Amino acid sequence: MQWLNAMVDSARSLLRRRSKEQGLDEELRFHLDRQIEQNLGAGMTPAEARYAAMRSFGNAALLREETREAWGLGTLDVWRQDLKYGLRMLGKNPALAVIATLTLGLGIGANTALFSVVNGVLLNPLPFPQPDQLLMLHESKPNFEAGAIPYPNFVDWQNENRTFSSIALARGYAFSLTGIGEPERLQGEWVTASFFGTLGVRPALGRDFTSSDDQFGAGPTVMISASLWKRKFGAAPDTIGKTMTLDGKAYTIVGVVPASFDLRVWNFRASDVYAPIRLWGHPGLKNRQAALGLHGIGRMKPGVTVAQARADLQRIAASLAAAYPDADRGTTANVVPLKQSIVGDVQPFLWVLLGAVGLVLLIACVNVANLLLARATGRTREFAIRVALGAGRSRVIRQLLTESLLLALLGGGLGLLLAWWGTGAGLAALPTALPRASEVGLDGRVLIFAVAISLLSGILFGLAPALRISKAELHEVLKEGGRGSSGGNHRAHGALVVVEVALALVLLAGAGLMLRSLARLWKVDPGFDPGNVLNFSVTFPPSLMKSGPAAVRGYIRGLDEKMESTPGVESVSLLWGAFPMWDEDDWTFWLEGQPKPQSESEMDWALHYVVEPGYLKTMRIPLERGRFFTDQDDERSPYVVVVDDVLASKFFPGQNPIGRRIILSGGGYPPAEIIGVVGHVKQWGLDSDDQNPLRAQFYESLRQQPDAAIALVPGLGVGVAVRTAGSPAGMIGPLSRGLHEMNAEQVVYGFKTMNDIISDSVADRRFSMILLGAFAALALVLASVGIYGVISYLVGQRTQEIGIRVALGAQQRDVLRLVLGDGARMTLVGVAAGLLAALGLTRFMARYSLLFGVTATDPLTFAGVALLLTAVALAACYIPARRALAVDPLVALRCE
Amino acid sequence: MDKKTDLLQGTLDLLILRTIALEPMHGWAIGQRIQQISKDVLQVQQGSLYPALHRLEHRGLVKTEWGPSDNNRRAKFYSLTRAGRKQLEAERASWQRLAAAVAEVLETA
Repeated sequence: MQWLNAMVDSARSLLRRRSKEQGLDEELRFHLDRQIEQNLGAGMTPAEARYAAMRSFGNAALLREETREAWGLGTLDVWRQDLKYGLRMLGKNPALAVIATLTLGLGIGANTALFSVVNGVLLNPLPFPQPDQLLMLHESKPNFEAGAIPYPNFVDWQNENRTFSSIALARGYAFSLTGIGEPERLQGEWVTASFFGTLGVRPALGRDFTSSDDQFGAGPTVMISASLWKRKFGAAPDTIGKTMTLDGKAYTIVGVVPASFDLRVWNFRASDVYAPIRLWGHPGLKNRQAALGLHGIGRMKPGVTVAQARADLQRIAASLAAAYPDADRGTTANVVPLKQSIVGDVQPFLWVLLGAVGLVLLIACVNVANLLLARATGRTREFAIRVALGAGRSRVIRQLLTESLLLALLGGGLGLLLAWWGTGAGLAALPTALPRASEVGLDGRVLIFAVAISLLSGILFGLAPALRISKAELHEVLKEGGRGSSGGNHRAHGALVVVEVALALVLLAGAGLMLRSLARLWKVDPGFDPGNVLNFSVTFPPSLMKSGPAAVRGYIRGLDEKMESTPGVESVSLLWGAFPMWDEDDWTFWLEGQPKPQSESEMDWALHYVVEPGYLKTMRIPLERGRFFTDQDDERSPYVVVVDDVLASKFFPGQNPIGRRIILSGGGYPPAEIIGVVGHVKQWGLDSDDQNPLRAQFYESLRQQPDAAIALVPGLGVGVAVRTAGSPAGMIGPLSRGLHEMNAEQVVYGFKTMNDIISDSVADRRFSMILLGAFAALALVLASVGIYGVISYLVGQRTQEIGIRVALGAQQRDVLRLVLGDGARMTLVGVAAGLLAALGLTRFMARYSLLFGVTATDPLTFAGVALLLTAVALAACYIPARRALAVDPLVALRCE
Repeated sequence: MDKKTDLLQGTLDLLILRTIALEPMHGWAIGQRIQQISKDVLQVQQGSLYPALHRLEHRGLVKTEWGPSDNNRRAKFYSLTRAGRKQLEAERASWQRLAAAVAEVLETA
């Protein structure tokens, strides 16, 4: 505890300092007066007496200094002095302080902002209790690592597993809410009763589901989100027990989910309503072959490893495959840690970005180091004098470092502000690019990071001038007069420029490759024409659910006619099943003439799209052979399908598929005749469609769907694709008004242009490209400012030399060559070093497939950025070079 | 500050403690007294005296009090604390041992 006492004492004496100073003054004055008296008594004249007394005092300043040290002000006081002096030095040179603070602020701000993203997305645990116990569960099939789980299989997993404390299922669904204000479409989830318990989320109000809620035929219950509770019920506590009408059925509200609940993983989205899955009443819930898009979440028992959990579920899956070969042969279970499921895709992007932004900070540090180095050279004399007056060398270095740290902290403060503002603005601009975006913020760890990198940068850029001072032969400096030293110093500056150029090149190369990847991606033909296509969804009036297939078919025709007659609409198609880049749906089938496969897993798979005759015209998908659907292909005519060229060449290689038949699984479908072949559509996105094992596609006509399927349409709703004559966004108003007029109970929602859907599909690439591009631009600016600064400084130092050369007959050309040559040499060395370093980064980017259509060593990109950087660097040298040309030899020689 | 003044410093501290053991004194008088008693052999520089006094005060060996001087001016008087008195005894003993030992070596060796 001694150090504590010492500190308290130090602090206290700091406070008492003023009165102590006065006391010391008085004490010394008294001493001096007594001495003078004595001297007078010894017979001196008053002047002599005073002079002798003063002399006996010696160095009064030193005496005070040493006495103060005795007061134990020690470190604190010295630090305070350094700080005061540092502030004074910064105040004396405000331009330097402002430039350094801005440079560091940008660098630290960009780093802090990106770190807050990495922190929120990758580092922070998921916002659930014991998040490491949470796993995502899938049933894997030959085609899919992460397939959906048929409900009966899930029930067996739930009953027979030994490693999970609980498991749950969820599946998105859109409910029509009627009876509270305007009819509305609500995003919902069918969940098992165990869902919130598995995650460890407790209701904010009311109760969680119990297994008695989740029974076939149980009374309808629902849990609602906090935001819906606020919006529709004014957050009233008596909401619990009230009912709300969803899809025409009255559900009793039993609980409110806390506002903090947020989860986006696979097809699960935090929604407005949650209802027990068995209330869904979907016949597929009793069918081991129907996957229904159900994915599971499980919480492992304490102490269980992921491998044990996986083995446990796979054991159950194997016994199910043996018991139900028709449905389950070839399937098994797959588990993935929940966090990995959520953030897996963006992890490599974020690490590359964090690395890139670190390089920006390094460049910023190099720039500031350059500034300080130039100034330290100017201050060599000042320090030489201070050392000569008795300051220790360590004291001088400490002084320099204090100034650097002061700058670093100023920059860090500015950076924190920039980061706070920048992350908010950035995430608001690109909300879909990141998972867990809502969890990103400035927390304690981010603050510590910001302070740490500020201090680290301060030491980093403060070290160069400090080392320089500590090496300098200071008495030589004093002898040398005002000229300052030269020689070795140029090398230090040169080295910093080289580092800076190399770092900037690495960033430019990375950004260049991202840009080229994205450009390549945009040029990929999606297989349709996305311009002027508007998409949205429609739910039918709840009353239609009980009115039979004929009424539904009639309603569908009415919808088509209403939209087609809207001015500005060129063509319309309702959609069901899959939709390009938006919604996946697959179906199994086999070819007519082949024996029926034993189980579903032995059948062939294809994506299936259920559309209307206007689809081809709306999406402008090319028709390659045969014909597309017409109005005549309805429920009374023979069942027909259209296939894409991938399915045609896979299953009918070298043959004409037209007139052949396929048999769709699931029963209820007559053999379907292939009537046409259309172009392939890149369902899985512009970048990864080629690698997906499931690419074959076929189309059915919505109007031909059997009655059982048509009966589901009102409950599920339909998608709509519209080709518009003008801007698709401009048609949102007329279309939604028209449909509202047609029936006020149907809900129209989710307007999106096809171009937006494509942009969203590459959002994470775009996010990285924009950020990497911004960092590279920042690096380019900082590096060119740095080069400009150093060359200006060197030109300034060599004014005399240039003057002599001009006096001796050097031409303008020679002077230019002299100055530009210096700059060019540093730049080229930097570019060469940067090219080597960039290969490391781009190879990493290629390994994590951040690149598309370009190689990690793309010569065009590398040559381009090298040229760009060289040109910018030389331009930065040119301005000081012009100044060198203007040197008047007479002035230069006289300036000594 | 320098290492080699350590001995000197300790010695000065001892002399100061001894000087103010009889009565409280101000800085100037302490310097004068040491010079007088040592018959001008020991001249205490102000540059050493005041830091030493303040150091002793900081270590709690002396206490200070402002009071009127012999010519009726305000002066700062130093006197021993209990700890200072103990320290004086201890240092005096060890100094005498040291001096005797040095003398022994000088006489016999």
